Amino acid sequence: MFRILGQSFTAGVVTEPPPDHEDTELARLGIELRRLIDARFGRSLAIRQVDAGSCNGCELEIHALNNPYHDVERFGLHFVASPRHADALLVTGPVSRHMETALRRTWRAMPSPKFVIAAGECACNGGEFGVSYASCGAVENVLPVDVKIPGCPPMPLDLLKGLLGALRTA
Amino acid sequence: MTQSDARSPLAGGSPPSDPAGSSANRPQTGADEPSARPRRFDWLSEFLARLEDEHIVAHRGDARILAPAHRLVLDPEDWAVAAKLAAAMGMRHAGLWADPLDDGETEAGTDEPCIRVRACLEQAGDYLVIETDVPLNRPLLGSQTPVYPGLDRLERHAHDLTGVVFTGHPFDSTQDRPDERRWTRHQAWPAERFPLRHDFPLRGETTRRTPADTDYPFVRVQGAGVYEIPVGPVHAGIIEPGHFRFHAMGEEVLRLEQRFGYVHKGIEKLAVGRDPAGLIRLAGRVSGDSTVAHAWAACQAIERATGCAVPPRALTLRAVMAERERIANHLGDIGAICNDVGFAFAHVQCARLREQWQRRSHELFGHRLMMDALIPGGVVHDLSADAFLALRQDHAALHRAVEPLFDVIDDHPSLDDRLIATGILSLTDARALGCTGYVGKASGLRFDVRRDNPYPPYDGVRVEESVETEGDVAARVRVRMAEVRGSLWMLDRLLDALPEGAIAVPLPAAPPGAVGLGLIEGWRGEILCFVRFDVAGHIARYFPRDPSWFTWPALERLILGNIVPDFPVCNKSVNGSYAGQDL
Ligand code: SF4
Repeated sequence: MFRILGQSFTAGVVTEPPPDHEDTELARLGIELRRLIDARFGRSLAIRQVDAGSCNGCELEIHALNNPYHDVERFGLHFVASPRHADALLVTGPVSRHMETALRRTWRAMPSPKFVIAAGECACNGGEFGVSYASCGAVENVLPVDVKIPGCPPMPLDLLKGLLGALRTA
Repeated sequence: MTQSDARSPLAGGSPPSDPAGSSANRPQTGADEPSARPRRFDWLSEFLARLEDEHIVAHRGDARILAPAHRLVLDPEDWAVAAKLAAAMGMRHAGLWADPLDDGETEAGTDEPCIRVRACLEQAGDYLVIETDVPLNRPLLGSQTPVYPGLDRLERHAHDLTGVVFTGHPFDSTQDRPDERRWTRHQAWPAERFPLRHDFPLRGETTRRTPADTDYPFVRVQGAGVYEIPVGPVHAGIIEPGHFRFHAMGEEVLRLEQRFGYVHKGIEKLAVGRDPAGLIRLAGRVSGDSTVAHAWAACQAIERATGCAVPPRALTLRAVMAERERIANHLGDIGAICNDVGFAFAHVQCARLREQWQRRSHELFGHRLMMDALIPGGVVHDLSADAFLALRQDHAALHRAVEPLFDVIDDHPSLDDRLIATGILSLTDARALGCTGYVGKASGLRFDVRRDNPYPPYDGVRVEESVETEGDVAARVRVRMAEVRGSLWMLDRLLDALPEGAIAVPLPAAPPGAVGLGLIEGWRGEILCFVRFDVAGHIARYFPRDPSWFTWPALERLILGNIVPDFPVCNKSVNGSYAGQDL
C-alpha cells in the first residue's frame, strides 16, 4: 500500500496542461469541446468505436486518448460498449468486406441523432489497402460519414481536433 | 523476482556485427553463453538419414537459397511423412505457406502451372525449409496438422487463398474427419475461387454487399447445463474484431472456439506487383503494434534476396527501434492486464510511461509507432548526438520508473490472487502449437531468434534469457517485465556500440525469381517473412507469418477450466494480433 501511495505521489499528476505548446492547445481544444458537447449532447458524448479492418495502429492511438496525459473523459467524451448508448460511431480501418455487415448493423443499432467519424487514412480514403476483393475501402463507401480525421494513425491531438470538428458540424 | 536480477551487471556487448551485411552472416555468440552451442545443423544429417529410411528422396539443389535456412525439395507424396519425422525429432514448426506459380512466366522447371508449398521448421536455432510442388489442376497435399496442431489455420488459410487441398486434415484432435472448414474466407468470394491465383482480379469479382458469415460450423458441446456465449465480431472495447464462441457450464469454460478473418484485407494479394519500398510500407501495416518488426522482417527477406549489404549503423538503429517497440507494447499490456483485474494504479502508471516513450519515438524517429522508419537497404532517420543523449537519459529515467512499479506488480496480494494459476498453458501445449515470444517463454520455451539464430546487430550483444515455467498469466507478466528490463539494458549497449557510417544504401536489383526469408524476433515472438520477386524485379509473393498464428490457438487451450470472467485477462496476457493473422 505504501509503495503504491509513494509511487503515485512521486509520479504526481501528469494530466496536461503542463507547460508546453502542444499542451496548451490540448486544454484549449478540450474546453471548446466541452462547451459544444454541453450545448448539443447534454454534457457528454458517448462514442462507440469499431475497428472495421484496421491494422490496429489506429486503436493504439485511440487508447492513448484515455491515458493520463490526455484523459479525455474530463472533456465529457467517453467510450461506450454498446452502440445503443452511443451518439457517435468512430470507425477505423478500411472496411474489410468481412466486416461490412457487422459495421452496418452496429450503425443501425445506434439511436438517432447519430454521426459517423472516420479516423485514420484507411477510414478516410482506403489508405494503403484501398478497394479490393477483400476491402470496401473508405468508410464512406459503406456508411454516410460526417467527419474525417486523417493521419496514419492520427495522433491523439488530431483525434481530439477531429472530434471537435464533428461537434461543430453535428 | 528481485529488482536487480534482470539488470545484468555484465559488461557491454562487443560492437555489433561486421559490415558483411545480413545474409549468410551467422557468427557464434561466443563465450558469455552458459552452454556452448552445438555446431550449426549438426542434426541435419540425422534427419536426412531418417528421410532415407522412409525412402524419401530429398532433392538437394540450391540448399542455401533461403539462407540462413537450409532448403530441401521433397516430392508431394512425402510431405506428411516428412512432418512426422520432423516432429519425432522434436523440431518446431514455424509455418507453412503456398505460392501459386500459374502466371506462365516463372522460373525454369515449372512449365506446368503448379502451387509451390513451403514449410519452415526449426531445431536448435537452425531453420529448415521444405518445399514441394503440386499441380494446379490437382493440388492435393498431405496435411501436417495431425503432427503439428498449430498448423491447422495456416493450412486452411493456404487453402482459402490458393486452393491447395490438405488431405487428412483433422477437424479436431478428438475427431477423425477432414477439416474442410474455411478459415480466412467468409462470404466475400466463393469457395471455388482463390484470390492468390493469377486469374483472380485484385478488385474481386463482385461489388455486391458482403453478407455476414452466419453458417460457419462451430463445434458444439452438448449436455445438461451447457450453454453457449457468442462474442463478437464487434467487441465491447477499443479492440480488433473477431468472434469467440464459448461453451460454458456454470462459470467454467468447457470449450472456446475462435473464428477470425474479419479484418482480412488481402495483404498478400496487395503485395503482388509492388516495388520493394511499397512492400515495406505495406509490411509496416500488417499489424500496427508490430510495425517495426514486420517492416524489418520484410526488409531482411528483400535484402537477403537481392544480396544487399545493409550498413551496420542502419542495422543497429533498426534494433533500437525494435527494442523500443517491444518496451512500448509490454508497458501497455502489463498495464492493461492489471486493469482487467481492477488494479487501475498500474494501468495508469504504465500508460503514462508508454505515452512518454511514444512521444520520444515521434521526436526522434518521426512517428509515435515508428511506422515507415525502415526502408529497403536501411533506415530513414539518423540519430544526432543530442538525440543520443536524450535516449540515454530516457533509458535511465524509465529504468528508475519501472523498478518500483514492477516491484509492486510482482508482489501484490490482490494481483497474485487473480493472476497466479489463471490461464495456464502447459509446456506440452506450448510446444505442440509452436508458441514463441512471451507466451512460449512463460511456459518454459526459451527460444528467441535474437539469441538462437542471431541476426546483426544481435550477434554482438547478449540477449537476456527470460524464462518461466508456470505458464500462467502471472508468468507471462513476469516474462514481459523481464523483457522490458532486458531491452532497456540492451538499448544502452546498442547505443554504446552504434557504428559510424551510412544509414542506408540503394537496394541492388533483384535477380529474376529471387527469394528471401526474413526471421525477426518481434515483441510478440518470432516473425517469419517470405518474399519472392518476379522476373521484372517486382514482388510476386509476400507472406508474413505473425507469431499470433500460434498463440491464438494457445488461448483456446489455456482458457479451459477457467471462469468466463477471467477471459479478458487471459486474452490480454496473450494479446494475439487479429490483423497480423487475418492478413
Ligand atoms: S490509418 Fe494507418 S494506422 Fe490506421 S488502420 Fe490504416 S494503416 Fe493502420
